[in-house]
Amino acid sequence: MAPLLEVQHLKKYFKTNRGMLHAVDDVSFTLDAGKTLGVVGESGCGKSTLGRTILHLTDATDGKILFEGRDITYPTRRELSQLRQNMQIIFQDPYSSLNPRMSVSETIMEPLKLSKKYSKAEIIERTKELMATVGLAERFWNTYPHELDGGRRQRIGIARALALGPKFIVCDEPVSALDVSIQAQILNLMLDLQEERNLTYIFITHDLSVVKYISDEIMVMYLGQVVEKAPSHELFRNTLHPYSKALLSAIPIPKVDAQRELIPMKGEVTSPINPRPGCRFTARCPYVEEKCHEPQVLEEIMPNHFVSCCRCREINEISETVKGRN
Amino acid sequence: MKSKKRSRLGETWHRLKKNKAAVIGLVVVIIVLLVAIFAPLLAPYPYDQQDLSNVYAKPSREHLLGTDKFGRDNLSRLIWGSRNSLIMGLGCVALGTLFGITVGSIAGYFGGRVDIVIMRIMDVFSCVPMLLMCVVIAAILGPSIQNAILAIAISTTPSCARLIRANILTVRDKEFVEAAKAIDAKSPHIILRHILPNAIAPTIVATTMNIGNSIISGATLSFIGLGAQPPLAEWGAMLSEGRNYMRQHMELVLYPGICIMITVLAFNLLGDGLRDALDPRLKN
Amino acid sequence: MESNVLLEVKDLKVEYHTDETVVHAVNGVSLTLREGETLGLVGETGAGKTTIARTILGILPKPQGHVTQGEIIFEGRNLLELSEKEMRKIRGGKIAMIFQDPMTALNPIERVGDQITEAIRLHNKISHAEAVLRSMDMLEMVGIPKERYPEFPHQFSGGMKQRVVIAMALACNPKLLLADEPTTALDVTIQAQVLALMRDLTKRLGTSVILITHDLGVVASTCQSVAVAYAGEIVEYGTVYHIFNNPLHPYTKGLFDSLPDLDVSKKRLKPIRGMMPDPTNLPEGCTFCERCDYAMEICARKKPAVYEPEQGHTVRCFLAERRVTDGAFAGSAASEKVL
Repeated sequence: MAPLLEVQHLKKYFKTNRGMLHAVDDVSFTLDAGKTLGVVGESGCGKSTLGRTILHLTDATDGKILFEGRDITYPTRRELSQLRQNMQIIFQDPYSSLNPRMSVSETIMEPLKLSKKYSKAEIIERTKELMATVGLAERFWNTYPHELDGGRRQRIGIARALALGPKFIVCDEPVSALDVSIQAQILNLMLDLQEERNLTYIFITHDLSVVKYISDEIMVMYLGQVVEKAPSHELFRNTLHPYSKALLSAIPIPKVDAQRELIPMKGEVTSPINPRPGCRFTARCPYVEEKCHEPQVLEEIMPNHFVSCCRCREINEISETVKGRN
Repeated sequence: MKSKKRSRLGETWHRLKKNKAAVIGLVVVIIVLLVAIFAPLLAPYPYDQQDLSNVYAKPSREHLLGTDKFGRDNLSRLIWGSRNSLIMGLGCVALGTLFGITVGSIAGYFGGRVDIVIMRIMDVFSCVPMLLMCVVIAAILGPSIQNAILAIAISTTPSCARLIRANILTVRDKEFVEAAKAIDAKSPHIILRHILPNAIAPTIVATTMNIGNSIISGATLSFIGLGAQPPLAEWGAMLSEGRNYMRQHMELVLYPGICIMITVLAFNLLGDGLRDALDPRLKN
Repeated sequence: MESNVLLEVKDLKVEYHTDETVVHAVNGVSLTLREGETLGLVGETGAGKTTIARTILGILPKPQGHVTQGEIIFEGRNLLELSEKEMRKIRGGKIAMIFQDPMTALNPIERVGDQITEAIRLHNKISHAEAVLRSMDMLEMVGIPKERYPEFPHQFSGGMKQRVVIAMALACNPKLLLADEPTTALDVTIQAQVLALMRDLTKRLGTSVILITHDLGVVASTCQSVAVAYAGEIVEYGTVYHIFNNPLHPYTKGLFDSLPDLDVSKKRLKPIRGMMPDPTNLPEGCTFCERCDYAMEICARKKPAVYEPEQGHTVRCFLAERRVTDGAFAGSAASEKVL
């Protein structure tokens, strides 16, 4: 069966007065229906831009996006409207992603009204259903965002994203701004919704433990490039790229006497503006060599496990290339 | 809980009520507005009824505030004058704000070249002093209250446009605007439903403050003969007429002067109070 | 060997008075901090952690903040009884605080080195030149080359700004450092570096730290003792081993159950149902009662006192009264459930 979403060599550059900012640089992946792709990285890695570009909230600079087999990289007005029914987004900040002057019901009803497909009665009915689905009591119908806490606001955002019945949702750090106990509630809700409606997610986050919990496959990004891509368990069992290793070692673990050895990274994050060719991690990598400055290739090192590092095999002591199905 | 049930408007009103100065301002504004609206009923005499046998009369039972150099009742002229002064003040602000919001919204939302061109035009306009603009318009169209209102409106447009544009720039990049795009909203809907309602609050305050200024501008224009034409009663015009006889008949300058001062002060106090009441940071 | 007690908070109660309501932010908090110890003050939004820190430093917002009860004994003196003048000498000098957002803690138009120098001169009678030298030493100590002394904050990244803030805080060698979510705004790898720096420096200088955070991982890696805050109270308190290996309060247990685990695959997370109670309208009995799976009839009526099931490990919970010390509450099924 064809994948639901296919992204090929996607690039998004921004023009700044200091030069060209390579926010997303040559990212490719496929995503099957009903699955979750986790995109991990720290600030500036391009994960948010990637999500927004796929959703056409900003135009791609180069590359291809295919949805259900059709090329949707540069859609017409009508195609875009159609697409928006199928692809939605949940934002990170439950405070700024809701219009403070619209009540809960108004926010959820808006996409339904704009689509012009439903009668007034149907809109009200659907809104009530949506509120129930995401766990918002009906008594919040006329409440405004500033009267609610982060968890409830995020539920409004989820209801809004679900309103048009999309197949695919980009979740941009949806739980990062929430307290731990609320985080768990929202994550469970999202998993339940995925099961019930066969939703496909791209889950963007910087939190490795959350991404492991919710993703089938994980993509690690650094300064706009994909450095490692593997099935969820495989990535944690067998972390191959030096950046991924450093990232993993830095996570504080909620267990005593279980702290990992911190893998040091030299210096600071380099600039994504006018970057030099080759691996972008060279400035900080403890294993850097001459050949790292040449353009790197995302290679399948182990079955379904892709790494963009010319020294990967040496560093991890892997003897031969193992091929798997793509 | 009672406080949670209050709507945004209710909360603003509640906060406003607590500010004594703002409440006084509001009361005075309402009084002046009522006087202006019911002028025909309140004024004992028509504003242009002359009585040349009774010029510069002292306050008496027939003429509570005396008469001016044509024997016209001062009190009636003040009452009628409130109408014209307020029309000028409110008219200019309304028109100027309308122009400003339109121009500023377009510049702020679309950005890029549109923004640059519009704002440079605004810059040019703001370089021209209001009086000069009035003189030019008066020379072309003839002096009258309407033309004065137009001139003042044009001269206040740039600052209003700039203010709205700045607010819009702040709101435009908020995530809920992106969210609106994601649910397939088109630009007009986004501007009207999402951006403007959220950008307008600071404008409300600025507008209220502007009323005071506009009343003074209107009075200034009438003072130099470009606004309200005689025999219309308007506080600024009355000031002008009384100017030459200030030494002997101070009251002709004092009455309209005090009216202008009280009205402008009231609007400013109200505006100040509104700004504080609308400021969400005062919510703990 | 036990070191001396540096700070003792006794039964502290703090309220915020707004025009309409009274917010009960802190309701009877007691803490002890020894010299050189790092205490993790963990809790979610609204638990009162920042208020506690602000009260210790004497920077509660006026006129809303009121301390209605309690004492804060620091080096033998009750801080709540000191005048503003005396507190000023202590603030920055003996007790320093660092905040979450390094962007707003630094003055954007003043050179970074000068800001540290200023902090030093406020509490030490030394010459400008001498202070500048010390300031450069501090920069080196936090891993910033001293050549960067004359640079401005905008020239530094988030992590480096936070290091500068740490340098400023530790410049006068305070006895107590209050760190309010110092790494929450930073990337994970930078967070690890900054925490390592804090651990290292505070150990070297012998500084006691109260580290406020919502991240249990940070607590495990950095703290020796832990206080779990909920709705203005400390519901559990003990060493880091007590809290992580033997959590006794249902809220603490709930927090651990809500966390996705890197090592073990969980089928579904077990979130704590409901939400923290409204601080303007706190319930009569135990504040956690409504959300607690083990709630008993007494929990809704009376407030639990503080019990000590093991030495040095205290819990505010009626269940602890039964001295259950074996890990989770397996077998201690509540006799009567409420709600």
